[in-house]
Amino acid sequence: MAERLLTVRELNVCYGKVEALYGASLTVDRGTIVSVIGPNGAGKSTLLNALMGVLPSRGSVEFCGNDMGNVSIESRVAQGLCLVPETRELFSQMSVEDNLELGAFTRYRRGDKGIRKSLDTVFTLFPRLEQRRSQFAGSLSGGERQMLALGRALMSQPTLLMLDEPSLGLAPLIVKEILHTISDLRSTGVSILLIEQNARAALQISDYGYVLENGEIALEGPSSELADNPRVIESYLGIGGGEEKG
Amino acid sequence: MDFQTILILAQDAITNSAIYALLALALILVFGVTRVIFVAQGEFVSYGALTLASLQTGVMPGTVWLLLILAFIAACMETARLLVSGARHKLPGALATILAPPLAIAALVKICTPLHLHLGWQLILTMLIVIPLGPLIYRVAFRPLADATVLVLLIAAVAVHFVLVGLGLLFFGAEGVRTPPFSDAQFTFANLNVSGQSLCVYATTIVFVAIMAWFFNKTLYGKALRAVAFNRNGARLVGITPHLAGTFSFALASAIGCLSGLLIGPITTLYYDSGFLIGLKGFVGAIVGGMASYPIAAAGALMVGFSESFSSFWLSGYKDVVVFTMIIPVLLWRSLTTAHYEEEE
Repeated sequence: MAERLLTVRELNVCYGKVEALYGASLTVDRGTIVSVIGPNGAGKSTLLNALMGVLPSRGSVEFCGNDMGNVSIESRVAQGLCLVPETRELFSQMSVEDNLELGAFTRYRRGDKGIRKSLDTVFTLFPRLEQRRSQFAGSLSGGERQMLALGRALMSQPTLLMLDEPSLGLAPLIVKEILHTISDLRSTGVSILLIEQNARAALQISDYGYVLENGEIALEGPSSELADNPRVIESYLGIGGGEEKG
Repeated sequence: MDFQTILILAQDAITNSAIYALLALALILVFGVTRVIFVAQGEFVSYGALTLASLQTGVMPGTVWLLLILAFIAACMETARLLVSGARHKLPGALATILAPPLAIAALVKICTPLHLHLGWQLILTMLIVIPLGPLIYRVAFRPLADATVLVLLIAAVAVHFVLVGLGLLFFGAEGVRTPPFSDAQFTFANLNVSGQSLCVYATTIVFVAIMAWFFNKTLYGKALRAVAFNRNGARLVGITPHLAGTFSFALASAIGCLSGLLIGPITTLYYDSGFLIGLKGFVGAIVGGMASYPIAAAGALMVGFSESFSSFWLSGYKDVVVFTMIIPVLLWRSLTTAHYEEEE
């Protein structure tokens, strides 16, 4: 049995009086990719933001055996949790290289000497970023921005990387490239919690999946089983089924 | 007006502009990082000069007491915060970092004040007293309001301004001071007398701006501060603590203010409340730069310096009126010509 990395029990999040997430429980094992799929407004982004501490929540979140109850965003980053939000949140008036270096800010504070090497690793992973290293992040195309957001997250050497809709608004070819990179990351020892509307692609690269509907976990199971589940096929995989295959 | 007068006025303008530019830089930095429009920026200018003047006469400056009181309040607040959040084990370390430096500085000042040290040492001592005031004011007045709106933060800044001016009167009295110049040298270029102090102002400004440019563009901590100013959420997600950035920007603000006070102390007479007007002129420069651009703000500071100096020749009674009226056309021009970019949300 693989080591438990993240254990979430009965997580509740409210926006004012509106409950966006109730009683969500999920786990992520070390070295796996777990995807959360579901329709718009199901609470997927809310879940990630709550796990990162961006949103206040009730319930228990345990990461690497530590309770994350009162922990600030910055300490979560320092402990190896990293979120790439849907909005990317890049520093658009700074260069690509500066963005990447800042990704390693907590490592720099700890006196980590391997930052240059990580920068090279990210550039090998995304050669296009190296070509544009001195350009402003704001001048990049959508796909390059997503690469930069991923690269910046990797610079922190996260234990668990949480990705919110990495394929959002990207051309199909680039989506394929990004998802390919994500599935390759698993072999480097990074665990990933992936949120996707593109359910077929998400289930293809992940080991385990959850279906989130109306703020609740409706279904869960190994990705291959979920992909064969009639309910999932009908709701999430049915329409336009063939187009993402290839 | 002959050429000679123009040269003298221009020299005056450049000296003042240098100070305004430094203050504008501090205002933009603090606003970018913490969203505080720091009205009390100018108080550090008068505190710097007045603290040095006290040290010169061998009196323990009142700012030392302010330093100790602020440290005590900050320590109480930190204790309360850590007890509430249940992080009791962090308490001794946190209290030591807050209380130890001010106590050490106070002890040092106590020992050094009667010794009538050389001016250089007194300048360093003044900086040691005034610079920690910035981070402590941030800790006490602004950090608890970190999530408040810009307006609330502005109101808090106005309150801090009034408190500091009042305390300035209490500590130093209503008398104006003029501190001794760093150097008594006089130079003559083409019939124009240039004082050594003016040259000190130019040199310090240039060196300081160069250091800042290096810091913000080449070091990761400097880049982190810029990152906070550009994108607060993004900065938190890469692990940059907003409090740390706020503390640092306020330290830079008090350092720039204090340095400015020490630089112009020998040129103009400074009173407990002179800082406000000086800070406000720096603020005009910062506004010209849209509270965001350092180079445009520096140009704005030059504009302020020149209009102040030349209007003091033509209509001396109205020189401040002229300076502050100039904001209106500048704002009009800027609002019409600046393209508005949508924030990436």
